[in-house]
Amino acid sequence: MFALQAFTGLSVFSILMLMALGLAIVFGLMGVINMAHGELMAMGAYATYGTSVLFEAYFPSLMSIYFIVGVVLAFFATSVFGYFLERSLIQFLYKRPLDTMLATWGVGLILQQLYRQFINPRPVEVPTASWLQGVWQVSEDVSFPMSRIFIVGLAFLTATLVYLFLYRTRRGLLIRAVTQNRGMSGAIGINQKRVDAYTFALGCGLAGIAGSSFTMLASTAPDTGQAYIVDTFIVVVFGGVESLLGTIMSAFFIGQMQTWFEFYLSGSMARAGILLLVIAVLYFRPNGLFATKVRR
Amino acid sequence: MSDRNRRKFIKTSAMAAAATALPMPFIWPKGASAATVKMGILHSLTGTIAIAEKSVVDSELLAVEEINNAGGVMGQQIEAVIEDGASDWPTFAEKARKLIEKDKVASVMGCYTSASRKAVLPVFEKLKGLLYYPTYYEGLEISPNIMYTAQEATQSSIAATEWLYENRGKSFFLVGSDYIWPRTTIKLCKITLDRLGGTVAGENYYPLGHIEFSSAINKIKATKPDVIVNCVVGGSNVAFFKQLKAAGIIDAGTTVLSLAVSEEEVSGIGSENTAGTLTCMGYFQSLSNPTNEKYVSAFKKKYGANRVTGDTLECAYIAVHLWAMAAEKAQSFDVEKVVAASSGLEIDAPEGKVKFHTDNHHLWKHARIGEFLPDGQAKMLYESPLIEPDPFPKL
Repeated sequence: MFALQAFTGLSVFSILMLMALGLAIVFGLMGVINMAHGELMAMGAYATYGTSVLFEAYFPSLMSIYFIVGVVLAFFATSVFGYFLERSLIQFLYKRPLDTMLATWGVGLILQQLYRQFINPRPVEVPTASWLQGVWQVSEDVSFPMSRIFIVGLAFLTATLVYLFLYRTRRGLLIRAVTQNRGMSGAIGINQKRVDAYTFALGCGLAGIAGSSFTMLASTAPDTGQAYIVDTFIVVVFGGVESLLGTIMSAFFIGQMQTWFEFYLSGSMARAGILLLVIAVLYFRPNGLFATKVRR
Repeated sequence: MSDRNRRKFIKTSAMAAAATALPMPFIWPKGASAATVKMGILHSLTGTIAIAEKSVVDSELLAVEEINNAGGVMGQQIEAVIEDGASDWPTFAEKARKLIEKDKVASVMGCYTSASRKAVLPVFEKLKGLLYYPTYYEGLEISPNIMYTAQEATQSSIAATEWLYENRGKSFFLVGSDYIWPRTTIKLCKITLDRLGGTVAGENYYPLGHIEFSSAINKIKATKPDVIVNCVVGGSNVAFFKQLKAAGIIDAGTTVLSLAVSEEEVSGIGSENTAGTLTCMGYFQSLSNPTNEKYVSAFKKKYGANRVTGDTLECAYIAVHLWAMAAEKAQSFDVEKVVAASSGLEIDAPEGKVKFHTDNHHLWKHARIGEFLPDGQAKMLYESPLIEPDPFPKL
């Protein structure tokens, strides 16, 4: 039983981490409160759905690997959308956080209605590849669904790639420079507009990956994003807005708490419990659990 | 911008604003003749519940069309006035008032969730309107101004619990969304289990829209129940079934019976995930009788071959017919006379012959338990005799 619960905790953690990474980059590093994050996840999920439909129609023999193509496509589709969103809307609102909130919320509503009008008002079902449907039977009582193992793997892969990108590439260096000191980085000649645009695109792309992997767990409906967005914000705020590591730690903490609370309490009570805990922690540490100490 | 242009601009934008504000209500059908009677349709066309309610409207419009083609009610064509409750309970109440006071509709077909029905109930009672409610619900209500055309609890959850106890096992795991319908339904299940001598292995509620059921699944694995009764509602069901399936619980032979999953929902959940699970409804699309075959083929002809019917759709369809029959019998659209004429009124429905109770506004119904097949249709395992509706059961 303990093994099952521990694995569930790990799985919830990886899901929360996938959801929160993109938002942490956009919210934490750029200070943009992206209320359309949930809809971007839905966009990733719809991209995966589209891939599955295409593969079913044209390459039925390759159905077993369509999902991997779907994840990659979801990343590109949402990041391209994110890029244009930043160029056409967000870049004018950097100094007005409340307005970004309203604007991105509006974008979210527009996206929802577009999904409803042009894709399907009902939830769509993305078929799970046969090798992801199985169960890994460890012992008689302990078994792990393959789809969950895949999500855990995907989450860790994504987190590693994001880390490598931010800390081992030149572009990542530029992003960190702009985040740490906007004025100085501008003074030494970094093109901040470009950096902002691709940082935002990266954050959106990560939302796409998250949305894509959720098609294995739940359905995709126009308002799917709403189910994820609250959890995502809780994770990011709880972890401390400016640190990616904090986001990951907080995803781990909340994932474990949620799993154990749900095991001993009812689902609704578990949720109330977690929110109470978050409120208590934020009361004593207003900047989140892992706030980086910076001089202002 | 010159003054003249500005004036023109104001004029056009005002017109555009008016045009965007206009789309509701649609009047249907257009060009109705002088002798018409208005009937309201009040469902969510937007918002979260729209998924379920949109096709209910389709089914009601099909019934209206049939009645009109056959000459109308007392020679009068029905004119349907459609309002959008927008998945928001106060909006439902406001639109109900508008339909009764302004449109002066003779009756309203409407509501899906119990919450929306509770919101419009005082409006209908105060303004002496008449509501036909087409969704299976938890019972515990008889309003003089509401006719209930779907099952109440004794005809679904209690009947299902008794059947499961006799045929599938003694220990039950109960899981549901966290609001009035699942809570009441599960309470009735538990009381029934107590009476029979069964045991409750676990009881769990999740917020609407919840998508992470792995802890519930671990609990199910730990307690090893014979039967899982599923009162999860709406989109959460997709997550619930996918995760149950992935955990291997459905294939391991545990009986899963859902009380809020019909053929409609299955098309969203994915029929490969529900295959082998049970459901308890009053109607299945697969029922074979001439009335149902006529209904299903008319529905598919009007809305497309890939559409499916389901319990709520059928109950909404017969609601329109029941109202027309009662008005015909009373020779009046007066609410009190229509209600009086409904007492004991029998209809040859797609679900078989059903009739209104003489005094509690509910229908005598069959409880049917079906097993979902891989194609998403249900195969009937059990059909109860007609059960007398008893919205306030003695337990």
